[in-house]
Formats: sequence, C-alpha cells, structure tokens
Amino acid sequence: MLDILKSPIVTFQEFILLAGRATANIVRRPFYGSDVILQMDLIGVGSLPITILIGFFSGAVMALQMSRALSQYGATGQVGQITAITLVREMGPVLTALLVAGRNASGIASELGSMKVTEQIDAMRALGTDPIKKLVTPRLIATCFTLPLLTIVADFIGIIGGYLVAVPLLALTTSSQYWNNAWRSLEYNDITQGLLKPLVFAYIIALVGCLYGMRTTGGTQGVGRATTQAVVVASVWIFVCTFLITRIFVNI
Amino acid sequence: MSNNATARPSILRLDNISLTFDGVTKVLDGVSMEMLAGDTKIILGAAGAGKSVMLKIALGLLRSASGRIYLFGQDVTDFTENQWYEVRSRIGVLFQEGGLFDSLTIEENVAYPLVNRSNKSPEEVHPHVEEALRFVELAHTLDKFPSELSGGMRRRVGIARAGISDPDLLLYDSPTAGLDPITANKIMSLIIQERETRNATSAIVTHRFQDGHMMANFRYNSESKRLERIPDDSPLRQRTRFIVMREGRIVFEGSERELDASTDPYIAKFSMQRSAH
Repeated sequence: MLDILKSPIVTFQEFILLAGRATANIVRRPFYGSDVILQMDLIGVGSLPITILIGFFSGAVMALQMSRALSQYGATGQVGQITAITLVREMGPVLTALLVAGRNASGIASELGSMKVTEQIDAMRALGTDPIKKLVTPRLIATCFTLPLLTIVADFIGIIGGYLVAVPLLALTTSSQYWNNAWRSLEYNDITQGLLKPLVFAYIIALVGCLYGMRTTGGTQGVGRATTQAVVVASVWIFVCTFLITRIFVNI
Repeated sequence: MSNNATARPSILRLDNISLTFDGVTKVLDGVSMEMLAGDTKIILGAAGAGKSVMLKIALGLLRSASGRIYLFGQDVTDFTENQWYEVRSRIGVLFQEGGLFDSLTIEENVAYPLVNRSNKSPEEVHPHVEEALRFVELAHTLDKFPSELSGGMRRRVGIARAGISDPDLLLYDSPTAGLDPITANKIMSLIIQERETRNATSAIVTHRFQDGHMMANFRYNSESKRLERIPDDSPLRQRTRFIVMREGRIVFEGSERELDASTDPYIAKFSMQRSAH
C-alpha cells in the first residue's frame, strides 16, 4: 500500500523542491535574459494564434448554447453577462492553460528530456551552469508572464465571439445591451480569480514540463513517455487547481 | 622511480565508493582508486559495469551512497553544488555522445566553458576557440550546429571543449563508442595528443581494448607531428594503468603486461594480445 503512494509523494516533493529553487533563482545572479525573451516568444507569441481561435469559438459556442436556455425564460438580454462571466472566471483561464499545457508542457518536457538523455544537462553542470537557473527559471518566468496575457486575449476575443453570435447572427439582444451587460457583470472578484488562475496554471505547466523532462530516463522512448506524462499531469492539476481556487473565491 | 611517484600530487582519489539505484541495484560496490598528476587510467569493462557512473561520481554529477571522494587534494564528498562548480572548472569532460548543446553553434559550444566561468565576451575568447577547433581539425565548422556534424566530428568538438579551459584532469566517457575503426583511431590519437600537449592527468572509459592499447603504447611527437611508440623505459609507460570493472567492482588494476598475463576469462577479454589470438 505504502509503495503505491511512495512514487506520487516523491514526485510531489520533487515538484515542490523544483518550484522553490526555480522561484528563488528569479532574484539570483546570473540572469539569463535572452533565454527568458526566447521562451516568451516561443510560449507567448507562439500560442497566440491558437488562443485567439479557441477563445473566439468558446465564446461563440457559449452564446449559442445560452440562446436556447435563456429564451425559455425570456432572458436573452442576459447573454452578454453569462458569456463574460463564464469566460473570465473559468473558460478563458482553463482553456488557455490546457492549450498551453498541450503545446508547451509537452515541448518543454521533450526538449529537456532530449537534453537529459544526450547528457547535455550533465554537460551543463560539468561546465559550471546550474540547469535549474539556465533552463527552468527562464521557462517559469516566461510562462508566468505570458499565460495571464494570453488569457486576457482569449477572454476578450471570446466575448467578441459571443457578440457575433448573439447580435448579428441570432439577434438575441442589441449591441449596446450586450456590451453593457458584459462590462457591468464583471466584478473585481471575477477579474482577480481570472488572473490568479493563469498564474497558478503557469507554475504548473512550466514546472511539470521541466520536472518530467529533467527526470527522463531510458533514451528516446523515455522522452516520449515524459512528454505524455507532462501533458496529462499538467492538465489534471489545472482542473484540480481551478476547482480549489473557485471554491475559495465563491465564498469571498 | 617509486620516490618520484610519491612526490606527484594526488589529483583524484575514490575511497570505498558505493552506489545503489532504486535501493536495489548495486551500481558501484566499494570502488577505490587513485590518480596522481600525470597518470593515465584506462577503465575497461562490459556495458553496465559502472564505468560511466564512476566518472559521474568523480565529477559530482551523481552522489555516492558511501565512501569519500578527494579531488586535487581536498575532500569534496560533502560539497554543495555551488562548491562543486569551482572544482569542476579544473576538470575537462568528454561525454559519451559529445554532450554538445544542440541550441548553440559549434563556436558557442566550445567557448561555453570560457565565457561561462571567466565572464569573458565571446569576441575575447574567439582566438582560443579557433585554436581549439584547429587542434581537432574542425576550424571550418564554427558557425554550424551540432546536428549538422557527424558523430565523429561531434566527439572531436567535445574534445576541443573539454580541453579549452586547460584542465588539470581530463575525463573521457566512451569516446569511441559507435564509431568506425578509422574515426575511432583518429579520436584516440587526438586524446593522446591532448594528453601530451596539456600534460594533463587523463582517465578514459572504454569497452574497446584497442583504445587502451593505443593510450598505453603511443605518445605524440610534437616535432614530427605523429604518434610514436613509447620507449619501454619511459615513465609515461609506468603511469599508464588499466582498470577492469565488473558489476560495480574493480576486478583488476595494473599495467598492460599484467593485463595480458591475467588468467581470469573476464579480464582476458580486454587484453589486446588474447583478443588477437
């Protein structure tokens, strides 16, 4: 029984240690600024097109689904409110994080995994560079910086998507009512959790990717395994954490 | 001769090193050895005998479960990672596949130890990098990436990188693994050349007895720019020792002649003479 629990507990401990060391390195010299910029480009700019696409369609689908439910109660005017709240609180952060997890947690795990199996990480240590400082911290900073921004973009584009379905397509409400409702319904509580979530998810994505990458053993097959595990574990933790954060904010 | 030997400083000493993976598999089991300045150690053994693990322990990349490690006369066993960085700056390593960074050009790869440790700019170290690459006859590859080079060329770049900071100790992990005999000989002659020109202490892990034979019997003549046989009375011959490992233990340590004379069937597998027959 204890043996079954041992492996996840050890992994969790490694995750916490890695998180601590990677975070502490943010303020320690040397700084690898160019690596941070490069990762921001890869993670942030690279994920932008797909974020816009997914954001747009999630907002549009939300408005479509709600159109039927709201028309039953004659409350179709509320479509802007529902789209905005759902997107900002939940759909925007979670969908963007899942996308970035699929795109970048896997990318990070496979890159670091390949470096591990070809002894590049050992070489880095042998040549006097801390791999956590050089590889993990820049990815963590880049993800923490870009994921909230991507989420904001996804939220905004999603509300536009909802608008296009609600007003020009289905004529559920008027343009000004939609935007007015969307704007007024958002409270600081929504915005705070909508921005706190991507920050937590960024930690999960970057560190799970790095952890599974750096733990890779067993050659190229091991790299494939590490990549799959990183995406699965990151996605599961994104859902667990969104539940926990929502639970806290619901009571505030 | 023995007086001379004791006067040479100790570079690396492993004292009763043991290591287990996953709490079950014994990778190293009470390994002890010492390298004095100017020594060459040829570490032979089948795959999984613990040869590479021993090098990684000597570099502080793996921590031993028990035993002590001494490098350059100081006990480094309980050093923190930051303290190890200082010690490692005196050691040059060639990893199995070269260990070059894929994302950096050949020039950046070779310059890495200098730029990283001395905070010099890449422009400042450029002449050194070019010289190091000329040594391995790859000066034309400066702007290429490791993926554009062949396996043998990557190993040669690795040799250039290992030697660029003028280390006191050079460690080579299976430098000829997976290479054709001609390329393997080329790599070995570069390693011998590096040993002679830098006068460094070297340890080479290999499973090819030919590599050990070359290291033990040849030296580089800088005048004729060729390898030549080491005379029988040369101190270099005395300083070259063979180690044979089996299942995490050192089962043999001695000269090539002693290796050839061994009656143990496992040890004899690594003898040049026996294998020739």
